[in-house]
Amino acid sequence: MKNKKPYELFNISDNNFEQCVKCTVCTVYCPILAVDPDFPGPKQSGPDGERLRLTDPKYYDEALKLCLNCKRCEVACPHGVKIGDIIQAARIKYSKHKPTLRDTILANTDFVGTVSSAFAPIVNTAVALKPVRLAMDLTLKIDHHRIFPKYSGMKFETWYKKEAAATQDLYPHHVSYFHGCYVNYNFPQLGMDLVKIMNAIGYGVHLLEKEKCCGVALISNGLIKQATRQAKHNIAAFEQSVVDKGMPIIGTSSTCTFTIRDEYPHLLGLKNDTVRDSIELATRFIYRLLNDEKIVLKFKPDVKLKLAYHTPCHMEKLGWSIYSTELLDAIPGVDMFILDSQCCGIAGTYGFKKENYKSSQLIGKSLFDQINESDIDFVATDCETCKWQIEMSTKAKVKNPISILADALDVEATMKANGVVLKKES
Amino acid sequence: MKFDTVIIGGGLAGLTCGIKLAESGQKCAIVSSGQSALHFFSGSFDLLSYDRKGAEVAYPLEEINNLSDHHPYRRIGVNRIKELLSQVAPLLENAGLHFQGDADMNHYVINPMGKLKPTWLTIDDFSIFDPMIGIPWTKIALLNISGFLDFHTRFVASGLASSGITVQVKYFAMDSFEKIRHNPSEMRSTNIAKIFDQETVIDEFIQRVNELSEGFESVLLPAVFGLFNSTVVGKIKRGVNKPICLVPVIPPSVPGIRSQITLFKRFQALGGKYFLGDSVESGTFQEDKLLAVNTVNQGDISLVADSFVMATGGFSSLGLVASPEKIYDPVFDLDVISHDKRVDWVDKNIFNKQPFMYYGVKTDAAFHAIKAGRAIKNLYVVGSILSGANSLKEGSGAGISLLSALHVSDCIMKADSKE
Repeated sequence: MKNKKPYELFNISDNNFEQCVKCTVCTVYCPILAVDPDFPGPKQSGPDGERLRLTDPKYYDEALKLCLNCKRCEVACPHGVKIGDIIQAARIKYSKHKPTLRDTILANTDFVGTVSSAFAPIVNTAVALKPVRLAMDLTLKIDHHRIFPKYSGMKFETWYKKEAAATQDLYPHHVSYFHGCYVNYNFPQLGMDLVKIMNAIGYGVHLLEKEKCCGVALISNGLIKQATRQAKHNIAAFEQSVVDKGMPIIGTSSTCTFTIRDEYPHLLGLKNDTVRDSIELATRFIYRLLNDEKIVLKFKPDVKLKLAYHTPCHMEKLGWSIYSTELLDAIPGVDMFILDSQCCGIAGTYGFKKENYKSSQLIGKSLFDQINESDIDFVATDCETCKWQIEMSTKAKVKNPISILADALDVEATMKANGVVLKKES
Repeated sequence: MKFDTVIIGGGLAGLTCGIKLAESGQKCAIVSSGQSALHFFSGSFDLLSYDRKGAEVAYPLEEINNLSDHHPYRRIGVNRIKELLSQVAPLLENAGLHFQGDADMNHYVINPMGKLKPTWLTIDDFSIFDPMIGIPWTKIALLNISGFLDFHTRFVASGLASSGITVQVKYFAMDSFEKIRHNPSEMRSTNIAKIFDQETVIDEFIQRVNELSEGFESVLLPAVFGLFNSTVVGKIKRGVNKPICLVPVIPPSVPGIRSQITLFKRFQALGGKYFLGDSVESGTFQEDKLLAVNTVNQGDISLVADSFVMATGGFSSLGLVASPEKIYDPVFDLDVISHDKRVDWVDKNIFNKQPFMYYGVKTDAAFHAIKAGRAIKNLYVVGSILSGANSLKEGSGAGISLLSALHVSDCIMKADSKE
């Protein structure tokens, strides 16, 4: 700052808040503002409020906790103001609200997942029972309408070690997989689908060193210390994969991927620039190989699918839905259209909370209507919480693009076409 | 990622270009850093509303001849503009936007100051007036929803009163709007429009409007109808028992956002790919060609194309940026026409014509961008980033965006067919 001429323009922020020209475009696309007038809206909560908070922290408004962190305000902003980051950073810095027991349980996906997986049949049966749901509603304020995702009896990591680990080194190329909590505890099949596709195109899939939950729910529930601890551990694991072993990292969840790439530096202040560009969604990784004509995909001849693609908020922010949709479009027999890009209303743990249930369903209503009016076999989307919300609120079944791709893939023909030869086991 | 044409900028010019090219079968992409200036759209597209002395223009096509040689219209050519004008209405109609008016003679609309202003095309939400007749009513009810501060009724009323019209301003509240009124700073046009979009309030609203406008010839209302639901305006117009005239309000503009969404959907339906919230960071140039661009979000995956279009807008859209030393294009640092010295950029009388308004990216006669003195043969420039016009003083911004975009689209298609 010292060397600047007096008239020279400069930002003091990393989030561009000085660039806000008060145009109000962000307020048009805020899903929460449309249904909950208690939320001051992105402009007021973000750059406008930041001016006040910088003069005196007492101007912090606890209503900022209503922000979904969907980042649709940032996508809409014509001047590159990181409105969502400003709001989340203010929550981290100024909020005096302490997470409740309920918030802590919802946010600790790793801990709850480990326990629940061990007792999967009991937990699945119990949380599906109406009296249990009502009890959770009364005691914990977890809305009784919500149906918890089923826990898998076998964790993805356990399956991997048993069934896949031994052969992965034999493939000519290698990637690490950030599977996330959902794949590990609830839906290992998605991870298996990914391994199937990657193996078919000649890539061995490896686990990261003791992967921890990306921490997105910890951040949104105010458990920042724990989120920072987990993020530091993960960044070290990413560096081990990318820098030491030269293995890029792929994920199958848009929110996990977005969090470890962008929320770590922007909200937790943790540097990840040695690895950031080597972390991406699997669909983008596969698309690049196809686009560069380094691989070919061979599909089963009898695929016939009508799909609607839903763009999750963090996918919209990443700007990567094109990779998932282009891959799906590449499957012969797939007839797909893109649903209007909007928030489904679940926003991670937000929609599970009793006080948010009504708003959550109102936000998603136009999306649910559009899905219910469509003649489709599946909704395709890259986010697991969007999947839960859409499956609970519409008649449609939801699949990750990777699973759709895996189902349609002719593995043998693909391996042959790519000349994949496994190294001899030594 | 390979496209026929990549357009940088997703506003009126970029979308027009994208739709036109996609209609002809091209595979197009638009990269847009956030939402566009259509969010501030008044409801009318101007072709040429004021002459060089600031007087109203009745016949814009005739007046174009009096513009300077550097003006984008003159560079396109008057005869060529006449050809292109015939493409405008079909393009908008096919997208699902209905406009009134034509280029032979300007019509009038009521502006937010209660004054009539000449314009070319007006979206069918709004009422247009014959320049010979003006406003045909003598007694008007001007209604507003209590708590909505972005509609300045007293300006509108006093403007109309100065034309000899009797205006009565009435505010009224409805339960459905009390919820958003709870947060006064957020009681914006779009938040009101979202309530109307659900349609449940329409009947009660119509009833209130009919009651309050009893004994008046017509009723003026703020333009807050039909954001994501395009049927709202028609329902209200049919329900109210006298002519309704909508007046533009402080942005965000409800008809503008609906127009943006409608054009975006048309582009998408034609197979176009729209990268929203993404910015072009760099280009790979080889001699006099641009081969590919890289964006913030797409990173190492380049957007490769045969042709590229710059539709990044003027200063307010950051298509042009003023640093203390120079005016520049932040995307490719293309050659810009501007005065060298900062003191020459502005006229200290804010109401005078401002020199900076005429600045823009330099092009050759075929609208190719020029970089370091050399024309880039597959990089075209359209819309507000073009030099030579003062769209604010002339009332020419939308006309330049639409016509330059259509002109360049034709050039791209011709170049395409030659190859």
